[in-house]
Amino acid sequence: MATVPLVNRREFLKTGAAGGAALVIGFHLSPAAFADQAQDQEKKTPNPFDAWVRITPDNRVTLVLGKSEMGQGVYTSLPMILAEELCADWKQVHVEQAPTNPKVYDLGTGGSGSVEGSWLPLRQAGAAAREMLIAAAAKKWEVSPDTCKAKDGYVVHGHPERSFRYGELVADAAKLEIPNLNKVSLKNSNDFTIVGREVHRLDTADKSRGQAKFGIDARIPGMLYAVVARCPVFEGRVVSFDATKAKAVPGVRDVFEIKTSGRGASTTGGVAVVADNSWAAIEGRKALEVKWDEGAAVNESSEELRKQFLDNAAQPAKNVLRNDGDADAALGSASKKVEAIYELPFAAHVCMEPMNCTVHIRPDSAEAWVPSQGPQWAQEVIAKAAGLPPEKVTVHTTLMGGGFGRRYQADFVMEAAEVAKISGKPVMVLWTREDDMQHDFYRPASYHKLEGALDSDGKLTAYKHFQTSTSIAAKWSQKGADDPGLGEFGTGATIPYTTPNIRIEYTLAHSSAPRAWWRSVEHSSSGFVMESFIDELAHASGQDSLAYRLKLLGDSRKIPQFGEGREDYHPLDTGRLKGVLQLAAEKAGWDKPLPKGQGRGIAGFYSFFTYAAAVAEVSASNSALKVNRIVCAVDCGRAVNPNGVRAQVESAAIYALTATVKDAITVERGRVVQANFNNYGMIRMNEAPPIEVHIVPSTEAPTGIGEPTVPVIAPAICNAICKATGKRLRRLPIRVEDLA
Amino acid sequence: MAIIFTLNGKSQSVDVSPDMPLLWVLRDTLNMTGTKFGCGMALCGACTVHINGEARRSCITPVSDVAGKKVTTIEGLAMGENHLHPVQQAWMEEDVPQCGYCQSGQIMSAAALLSKKPNPTDSDIDDAMSGNICRCGTYQRIRKAIHRAASSMASKAHSAA
Repeated sequence: MATVPLVNRREFLKTGAAGGAALVIGFHLSPAAFADQAQDQEKKTPNPFDAWVRITPDNRVTLVLGKSEMGQGVYTSLPMILAEELCADWKQVHVEQAPTNPKVYDLGTGGSGSVEGSWLPLRQAGAAAREMLIAAAAKKWEVSPDTCKAKDGYVVHGHPERSFRYGELVADAAKLEIPNLNKVSLKNSNDFTIVGREVHRLDTADKSRGQAKFGIDARIPGMLYAVVARCPVFEGRVVSFDATKAKAVPGVRDVFEIKTSGRGASTTGGVAVVADNSWAAIEGRKALEVKWDEGAAVNESSEELRKQFLDNAAQPAKNVLRNDGDADAALGSASKKVEAIYELPFAAHVCMEPMNCTVHIRPDSAEAWVPSQGPQWAQEVIAKAAGLPPEKVTVHTTLMGGGFGRRYQADFVMEAAEVAKISGKPVMVLWTREDDMQHDFYRPASYHKLEGALDSDGKLTAYKHFQTSTSIAAKWSQKGADDPGLGEFGTGATIPYTTPNIRIEYTLAHSSAPRAWWRSVEHSSSGFVMESFIDELAHASGQDSLAYRLKLLGDSRKIPQFGEGREDYHPLDTGRLKGVLQLAAEKAGWDKPLPKGQGRGIAGFYSFFTYAAAVAEVSASNSALKVNRIVCAVDCGRAVNPNGVRAQVESAAIYALTATVKDAITVERGRVVQANFNNYGMIRMNEAPPIEVHIVPSTEAPTGIGEPTVPVIAPAICNAICKATGKRLRRLPIRVEDLA
Repeated sequence: MAIIFTLNGKSQSVDVSPDMPLLWVLRDTLNMTGTKFGCGMALCGACTVHINGEARRSCITPVSDVAGKKVTTIEGLAMGENHLHPVQQAWMEEDVPQCGYCQSGQIMSAAALLSKKPNPTDSDIDDAMSGNICRCGTYQRIRKAIHRAASSMASKAHSAA
């Protein structure tokens, strides 16, 4: 869904003048895939501009980017799109992080939406700049613009060829009217020279030399470092504290209570220990004595939550989200009925760079260094804490050591703002690994009951999915209402497999654990459930897992995304889903037999407008599991940077593999049990299987790639284990005892 | 009392508590932020530096332990502005980093491995690199980059011989 690009002439002139002789074009980037409730509610007015193209006389082309870089590669993929239409020399192109100015930029990075949402606006902006440069050159030569063309950073004309560098044309071009962005002529994709090329990332040199600056690397003269003691129990509060011993730790400057509340707060606050360096702050916190009111959540546990799930599953569902035909009747009269229960735990994001934020609040202004996917929200949070208008708060969006959805939150910003307000000095609030793991916004825990009815040919005559979970929607809705919306299913309620009777049901379970968006959000559970269950149906029908899927997907057709309200809004194309399944299977050698004790499993899923499939090969016994190989196929439309696409698929596969075979986040006495990498393990080098990535060639507009591979990994692995051992695993993460 | 050690080839004196971990001395006292904090318990490898040529986790190394020793950090690994270490070069050629946060530690572990085993096997790489977590999952690119660095170092050694 492309937004209408707005060009504000006055804004253009103002900025153009401020930057000297520079050609500046503003346009609007829209992450269509991302509907962020918090941001939507915080922000009432749409902003006309959120990125600039700036061309300066020194021949530099700069994209001032209202997107943040967390590893996903937008600092490379987005300028590629711009440079393509601009016919720039790739070596001229630079990226600059946009300042947080709500009147100009609408910053926010998530939902695998950056390339998808920026594709058209960036092309239009690049094309407009190209047309203006050509017009400026044509005027100088006194020829028709039609006889000139743009090439590798030059406008050229005639034989013998004469040329101007873009830098030489900037002053004249900047005086021209910006063409209507909806009418500029875009390049024919056959003429693309940058988009589709294997391009190296622009930030690799800095990241290989220790020069890249993350939020945690902010160093401000006179700054202090703080850690916060938080109640380990969800929603617990400080009753009192004794700072005597903490203050006796050399380097500790101050100890005081802070309060945080409202949307985005992960805790109620805590006691801040402010010191000359991070270590003194950490040591000071160890010596601090705090009396907590642990509150009502102290009775919560994973065991208690599972009981809620079982109770909910035994009752009629509270919400029926979808009811096509009569699934219950079809199940009642089916010649074969398959039933399965799937369970997924809370999951933590675990960015390698723990949460942190540096804030300096002065009487009349504030400045902050924030590794954030939502710096606009950070700005508002700091402004509120400081009692300043947002425009008085300068936010420097830094590189992020991982995001995965965690850094869309503002809880760590809120804490830093409160500490800075009291301290009056520039202060970094640093989270330790334990803080980060125990005060996350977790992927919801969920419980699913699937029922399928088969006729004698194995045709699916009914598909029923009951889910109970600790929804994200309930956590974020103002009333905490029992209104899951569609958020807990996503495309899991859009059934690509042919069946006349569909019933989707939901019942909310209660938890005080903070929940929010974890890489691929609800698709991580929906993909596991749907693609495990289809595999079970294939087995029950005595058919090959791939052949069965292809048969049920049927003729290529477009299925409207359930709950979108618009039939034409990125409907699921069963042909493209079949395409990725077939490609992954072909590349994996689906039909080649494997030795005894090994198995191959497949899964395919549609999310973020992208089709992903994976074939996993495992060695499994009743006491051990090894993932030997993962073959992925993706159809994400046109791959702007195939190198970047592959990197994201590799990354999503490892991220999902960790959630599949490593640890769960569990709750005991209202607190998270896991605290560091010793009890919440990550896939490491010795466990990382080779991952092959195959990209379906496509001329469709590009779609998301950071997340869509996540949902297919767990089901592909569990389906492979079933092939190897006959054992069907329905609970994540996989435990060794489940294999027995 | 001041603690003196060699940091990236130069003598460095710091006046801090002797039990302060080297990580925080580097990052907060000396503002050398290339070495990263990841876990504080030697579980993730983000803080890896070389102490007398050995890969060590600076987050659990008291600064007093390095008195009189040679410490190399990511900032000191390159032999000059335009002369990157072969591991860094290979990292760029294989486009290893994504978020990049763990990569200082990965590179320091890889460089230490190659200094001992110029031609490591996959199993050597598993042994030497499994203490370094990459949440972006760049492991197979790291593996390829280490092999690439090994062959580029071998061919340089060969042409020098």
